[in-house]
Amino acid sequence: MAKVKNSKRAVYRELPKAATGIQGLDEITGGGLPLGRPTLVCGSAGCGKTLMAIEFLVRGAIDYGEPGVFMVFEETAQELAQNVQSLGFDLDQLIREKKLTIDFVRVERNEIEETGDYDLEGLFVRLNHAIDSIGAKRVALDTIETLFSGLSNEGILRAELRRLFRWLKDKGVTAIVTGERGEGRLTRHGLEEYVSDCVILLDHRVVEEVSTRRLRVVKYRGSVHGTNEYPFLIDENGISILPITSMGLQHKVSNERVPTGVSRLDAMLGGEGYYRGSTVLVSGTAGSGKTSLAAHFVNAACGRGERCLYFAFEESPQQIVRNMKSIGLDLERWIKKGLLRFHATRSTVYGLEMHLVTAHKVIREFQPHVVVLDPIGNLTMAGTVDDTTSMLTRLMDYLKSQKITAVWTSLTSGDATETTDVRISSLVDTWLLLRDIELGGERNRAMYVLKSRGMAHSNQIREFLLTEHGIELTDVYLGPEGVLTGSARQSQEAKETAEALAHEQEIAARRRELDRKRLALEARIAAMRMEFEAEEEESKRMIGEEQARSDKVRQDRERMAASRHADAKQISNKVRAK
Amino acid sequence: MNIQTKPQDNIDYEEKWELRLYTAGQTPKSLSAFANLKRLCEEHLKGRYTIEVVDLTRNPQLAAGDQIVAIPTLVRKLPEPLRRIVGDLRDTERTLVGLQLRPAKSDNQ
Repeated sequence: MAKVKNSKRAVYRELPKAATGIQGLDEITGGGLPLGRPTLVCGSAGCGKTLMAIEFLVRGAIDYGEPGVFMVFEETAQELAQNVQSLGFDLDQLIREKKLTIDFVRVERNEIEETGDYDLEGLFVRLNHAIDSIGAKRVALDTIETLFSGLSNEGILRAELRRLFRWLKDKGVTAIVTGERGEGRLTRHGLEEYVSDCVILLDHRVVEEVSTRRLRVVKYRGSVHGTNEYPFLIDENGISILPITSMGLQHKVSNERVPTGVSRLDAMLGGEGYYRGSTVLVSGTAGSGKTSLAAHFVNAACGRGERCLYFAFEESPQQIVRNMKSIGLDLERWIKKGLLRFHATRSTVYGLEMHLVTAHKVIREFQPHVVVLDPIGNLTMAGTVDDTTSMLTRLMDYLKSQKITAVWTSLTSGDATETTDVRISSLVDTWLLLRDIELGGERNRAMYVLKSRGMAHSNQIREFLLTEHGIELTDVYLGPEGVLTGSARQSQEAKETAEALAHEQEIAARRRELDRKRLALEARIAAMRMEFEAEEEESKRMIGEEQARSDKVRQDRERMAASRHADAKQISNKVRAK
Repeated sequence: MNIQTKPQDNIDYEEKWELRLYTAGQTPKSLSAFANLKRLCEEHLKGRYTIEVVDLTRNPQLAAGDQIVAIPTLVRKLPEPLRRIVGDLRDTERTLVGLQLRPAKSDNQ
């Protein structure tokens, strides 16, 4: 056997697989069920075996072009139709298109008498006929164990079942065989003995009044597979299974930035806002404005034409819309435009796994750019803190892989503001902390960026105001007494303004004084100048007079000399020069 | 059901019996089933029975109609209600009970 396995592996490296098309199952099994081999799906009543079988066939017929045969042992046609009606599978259409054949096998013990030797060739004939009539590649037998209640010769049945599974392999069809969960073993009649390639166990469990369906691949010969229990959900789109850790940390990151909706906050985050695809945690005490901050981001994103998905665990959508209206955010228009969708559930409605599966499902459907979870702490009501942490980590991984920006709000208790209830703070990329500052008989909101990976961010505390036109961030007063907010800040600011005014007035007074002095000085200078000018005038006049007098003396002297005829020519020249 | 049919069986000897034996090829089981049936009918229903043998390897589409799973299966089409007896009919007593030609001894109430 081991030899066969090895040689197969050498050829294919991995077993060839048939994709089921069931959301998540192919991921867990690394590509699907073993191709051309039967797979046992077992579980207790109502855990979704039949549904998984049907979906396997329907997806195969529609998505992979592989017709299927459904052999039903337990239900009647009406019951089956009712069961799948809610799933939106149109079996009749598939039957008309020859993509599906359903054979209802009814074995009623009270109609049957057994005498002597027999075999199940009739079943083989029917199955063979059904497979050949539409060229089926897939077969589901639901639930073949019913034969054990219809026919009493267990020895014959066991031998025939063994032959049936071998025959299915030889036929090369990929088959799902369902089996009822038995006491202490996988199936009531030990079908797992015959189907050795792949066994999937479905489970429907109620833990702390919360019911969750889970799936586990018990074995998958020749293939690696996820070994965990995976939660799954049955809804109008069929089964969706959530792989617990479907990804590592290899997701691509974006350098694109998205504004936060609060311009001052953008400025605090390096001027551009969050990274696209990052996870933002807004934590704070009660009533500190977490939802408002998240709503701003939503509003801004919708304004850019992006889709937002808002998971509300505490408030109803109407309530959030109304409350946001009071701070000037009209979220209703985005809802009407189809850009914003609320998904409001009480966290206690179902278990964490279900929350996660639901979240995945809604996200897949809506393809949002932004996802808000408000508040995450509430989820701990649906499970333990550890479970919540693991669930949120998985959700975060998923959102990151989809490049969805996530805003999570978290309520923190008064003292431990820098620890969150669910201990995810080390995982988030940007952490905004809102807190109340109690001072001077009032509570005021303050905000700071506790961390923001990969960007320069402000280390300043800002006062966080909720106004009629949204959130405003203002600088807080940092004084010798510490941070002042609210009216304390205002009074401090008023005081400062008054002081500044007084100071200004003083300066003005000094300036006027100076002006006055200057004027006085100038006046004195002018007076002195006038005095000087008067003196100068007087002096000039006196000089002129003196000049005139001395000229006169000289002339007189010259005249006298001339009259004496001494050096007549020379002197006359000198006079002319003057 | 049995309470109603019992007196009928005892009274009506003119009833037509329509029997159908499903087989899949000429297997030893099928052959012995047919032989056993033939013998039994000659003994208990002489002159008022018909046996139709349906070979499912030739007419596989007929299997679903009578809800055939096991081979060989004898189906009593008439008189109603429909009865099925699987196996090679080697146990005559049980076959007669199955065909309601004889009331079951203990497990019939």
